[in-house]
Amino acid sequence: MRWFWIDRFLEFESGRRAVAVKNVSYAEEQIPDYALSMPIMPGSLILEGMAHTGGLLVAENGGFLHRVVLAKVGKILFHDYATPGDQLIYTSEIQAFQPRGALVHSTAHLDGLLMAEADVVFAHLDERFAGIQLYDPAEYLGILRSYRLFEVGIRSDGRPIEVPEHMLDAERRWLDTERQRCAKQSP
Amino acid sequence: MPTHDEVFEKVRTALVDALGVDDDEVTPESTMVGDLGAESIDFLDIVFRLEKAFGIEIPRAELFPDDVLTSAEYVQDGKVTEAGLVELEKRMPFADLSKFKENPAVQEFGNMLTVDDLCRYVVSKVGAS
Repeated sequence: MRWFWIDRFLEFESGRRAVAVKNVSYAEEQIPDYALSMPIMPGSLILEGMAHTGGLLVAENGGFLHRVVLAKVGKILFHDYATPGDQLIYTSEIQAFQPRGALVHSTAHLDGLLMAEADVVFAHLDERFAGIQLYDPAEYLGILRSYRLFEVGIRSDGRPIEVPEHMLDAERRWLDTERQRCAKQSP
Repeated sequence: MPTHDEVFEKVRTALVDALGVDDDEVTPESTMVGDLGAESIDFLDIVFRLEKAFGIEIPRAELFPDDVLTSAEYVQDGKVTEAGLVELEKRMPFADLSKFKENPAVQEFGNMLTVDDLCRYVVSKVGAS
């Protein structure tokens, strides 16, 4: 199972800024279990959503070719807490980007008020981690589509962000494999 | 062109934000690892903040030449060789290597770099009045 800590992107400006929404629901396992008699969204998972938003912003800026990992949370402040029925808006902005990684400032807003803010450092895994694949590329693309990244995403010149060719290739290969598997199973 | 005091103040802000230390803990003589508790991933954070604060680009291994420290050519039995020390001096003209030369153990290298060294590095990139 993969963790999904945002619901979808609302805005996505390549190399600059991304805005995502997270709806907090009592149906989520962690909400009733985290603090007895006080159903709140754990701060660590709000941070996860903020990092998720920023990490994908960093990954897209590198054409989804780098293996991006959360390296460090430099500073995090919580000003409030979120409960079931709340809608969190995560905004991430790239402060610095280079071949080694990126520094991102992320915020969470609730009802227009700042509820959390963090500085997050992301690193690109280098040759010391050769052979390690973080995601199946076709599955990764499926997640990005679910997040509607390619529906709202724009480049600095206003043109839409297109699905990278290497991801489309992976998706085609996965579809071919699935077709062959289904053909074998059909009577 | 910034003054040396302005360079120091910006470096101090970068270190306070990256390392979560108090303003008064950051002095020119503070060592990055020993006094301020910087770990390897913090150096990436610090590089990002210095680049943003001064509008400069810090190429990989220019500020922290870890390629020298992990090179079989320059390190033997855990110590930087004479040739390695020459290379470090060439690559790090902003740093005072005299103390490190007394015991050039690789593990001691992180303890050598001071806030003043960082400031000198920044000045070498942007100049100062």
